[in-house]
Amino acid sequence: MSSHGIKDEVAIVGMSCLPFGEHFDKSLDDLLLEASNLCYESAGIAKADVDAYWLGVAASGVSGMTLARPLKLDNKPVTRVENFCATGSEALRQAAYAVASGAYDVAMAVGGEKVKDSGYQGLPPSWPPNDGTGRSLTAAAMYSLIVPAYAKKYGIDPDELKDCLARISWKNHHNGARNPLAQFRKEVAKEVICQAPLIAGPLGVFDCAGVGDGAAAAIVVRAEDAARYTDKPLYIKALSFVAGTGAGNLDPDYDYTTFPEVVSCARDAYSQAGVTDPRKQIAMAEVHDCFTPTELILTEDLGFAERGMGWKEIVSGTFDLEGELPVNPDGGLKSFGHPIGASGLRMHYENWLQLRGEAPPERRITTDKKLGLVHNLGGYPGEMVSFVSILGPELG
Amino acid sequence: MRGIISYAGYVPYHRLDRSAVAELLGSGGGRGTRAVASYDEDTTTMGAEAARLVVRSLGHEIHPASLWFATAEPAYLEKTNATAIHAVLRLDTDVAAMDTGAAVRCGVGALRAALSGTEETLVVTSDLRNGLPTGADESAGGDGAAAFLVGDDGDADGPVIAEFLGAGSATEEFLDRWRLPGENRSKVWEERFGETKYLPLAEQAWNGALKQAELGPEDIDAVILTGVHARAVRTAARRLGIDNDKLVDDLSATVGNTGTAHPGLLLASALDKASPAEVVALVVLADGADVVLFRTTDAVDAFAPARPIEQQLASGGDISYGKFLSWRGYLRVEPPRRPEPDRPSGSAAGRSVDWKFAFVGSRDRSSGLLHLPPARVAMKGDRQDDMDPAPMADTPATVATFTVDRVSYSESPPIVAAVIDFDGGGRVPIELTDVEADEVRLGDRVEMTFRRLYTSDGIHNYFWKARPMRGVEDAHPIRDTECQS
Repeated sequence: MSSHGIKDEVAIVGMSCLPFGEHFDKSLDDLLLEASNLCYESAGIAKADVDAYWLGVAASGVSGMTLARPLKLDNKPVTRVENFCATGSEALRQAAYAVASGAYDVAMAVGGEKVKDSGYQGLPPSWPPNDGTGRSLTAAAMYSLIVPAYAKKYGIDPDELKDCLARISWKNHHNGARNPLAQFRKEVAKEVICQAPLIAGPLGVFDCAGVGDGAAAAIVVRAEDAARYTDKPLYIKALSFVAGTGAGNLDPDYDYTTFPEVVSCARDAYSQAGVTDPRKQIAMAEVHDCFTPTELILTEDLGFAERGMGWKEIVSGTFDLEGELPVNPDGGLKSFGHPIGASGLRMHYENWLQLRGEAPPERRITTDKKLGLVHNLGGYPGEMVSFVSILGPELG
Repeated sequence: MRGIISYAGYVPYHRLDRSAVAELLGSGGGRGTRAVASYDEDTTTMGAEAARLVVRSLGHEIHPASLWFATAEPAYLEKTNATAIHAVLRLDTDVAAMDTGAAVRCGVGALRAALSGTEETLVVTSDLRNGLPTGADESAGGDGAAAFLVGDDGDADGPVIAEFLGAGSATEEFLDRWRLPGENRSKVWEERFGETKYLPLAEQAWNGALKQAELGPEDIDAVILTGVHARAVRTAARRLGIDNDKLVDDLSATVGNTGTAHPGLLLASALDKASPAEVVALVVLADGADVVLFRTTDAVDAFAPARPIEQQLASGGDISYGKFLSWRGYLRVEPPRRPEPDRPSGSAAGRSVDWKFAFVGSRDRSSGLLHLPPARVAMKGDRQDDMDPAPMADTPATVATFTVDRVSYSESPPIVAAVIDFDGGGRVPIELTDVEADEVRLGDRVEMTFRRLYTSDGIHNYFWKARPMRGVEDAHPIRDTECQS
């Protein structure tokens, strides 16, 4: 496979992220318009300056007109993309390639989702007509399969593992409490987390990401043009995407303690960015903590911890805000909720703030290391898509 | 010689203790238990399970000219239900599949007609018996199915194990028991009236059958007496002069009266225990009387039923009365706050009949890897369109990992789901059924069962689930659970 990457060819010169939450008073149109306006402002440009748009919307709209209509984009190329829960990151990836190719000078990725209009808790399922034999389980149930598998493989006492998962939830709520954009801005005691009602398998309410509406956006230009817009651009070091074959649910060799799609995706991204020791080179990571066991597995699949050691590193605080490699310093899906089209861009937004020294002091991390990472996935253990990007404030 | 080539009864897993009725409602119920179809079973799925056992007992494919499905509680009207069973068994398209139904008598009627015919016929009878809470029908009824492969000794599918000797019928129009379409209870006329009607009819049919078979009452070794009128059935034994020790247990204490399926279920139970050269009489009182006489052949000794009725009775599990009431729709419980499932697509289902109804995956010819559902491109090795059909419905499997989903939509939450690995390779994530959420363990042995996942827009969504293997000799002992999880 030839994956050459576009290291240092493209820069993010403006970003925005709305507060996520239950926006019963706002439509998707409102969310997309407000995120776009803030993003133009961030880059110091006008709507007319953007040459092309990529819109990430998973289930609340179809076609580029979902953005073109509310923003009244006058005959601009607008492409709607969808790639499961990695939809927002996919929009950024396409916009970045568009400017790297030279086809456009300024491109904008916008992602948004209106999930609170369905009348149900959880994310709205939407499948084309089918033969009725597909799996009917919730995502929580699918991800809960990890817990007994991981405990058995590494001989961990179920209570110890529950403590580790509670620690992830506690950490992300701790970070979210320091983020004015997060939906849930309160710390939650570990005892409360452990005693919460069960949702699926051993997973309780606090093991699951929240649900909320939101939107976020990014403006990208070729790196050589970045200085026209900002003196603090964020360079794209790597963009990797992998769609799995779904073989995990067919193959008895798959053991539900790793996501092979993520391993492959991370390997590609590290190679593009020239990262050889992620733990030592990466300052922070925003990862897809849809459920606490997902974050556990990701610490290993992304190379932040040795196989079978992720749970110990989590408990010892390696990934805390003050730890060696802060994971989800913005509070993650746990604190924000998961408006599907927006989440990937929200993850990049935290890198935008932290790596450029603009995160508020109460959650600012140490950025001696110069790289940040975004990991965004969609689907389920055994059948998923995975996205990894690496970002940095300096060229080279 | 014409007769029965193979047979099977199917008793669903759940048992309602009849005393639970009075405990809750102050009256009704009684002693013993009744069999209860799971919320995901209907007469079609139970019939399919019985038909699968007919095939499994023979140990080879069957080749009937037609399949007749008889039930008083059809899952569909207008649409034929027998076609689903036809698909489950993967019968050839030139095998006719037809329903007969609405009245309880159609069960014994289908069997009689097949015995009187000339072609090899698979007869499937199934019923799900309802009655209002505390009523006699609720307690005395039971759910179950029975199936028979009827043919001639020379047929390819095997020797006749029970020869058809003769039959007699008697019919008269009178009002005993009735139900309008769409109602979930039957009504009955004053018992005494029915009794006075049934007894002479029973006598007439009995004498007619003996005459046709050229037998005397003394030649009969075992008598199965059943019907829709309990009192008439009891007194008929005396009227026909049948010794108590010749009466076959009517399973009223354990299963209850399974209506359309009951003659077949009791016949299956009798054949389970029969030795060669026994004469068995089947007497059924339902809007008339039907008597069918059989004599077991030497081949009955070699016939090994895949799931004898006794074994199924021994491996049942309790269900609470509250759950029973909610499953039967007499008590509506709050569903999970999730969207109800969409209706399955008729055309999409039509393209995947073998997968959806017969649980047939595909096996890559080079790697031997199993693909569930069937695929065109192999998951390893990248070969395309180089697979053979892989029927997996009868292959046992082991639970590799599992979970309990407390929020997903279900007609009986919570959903228990597992990733199961089949003996000889192959994996599928699938729902478990006939199971309590807290009893599942890694390494549990499971078998596939045909179920109704849900009904949407009046379309029953049939597919497969796995259920614990119970009371069954496991051909493959539980492997040392080196399953990866």
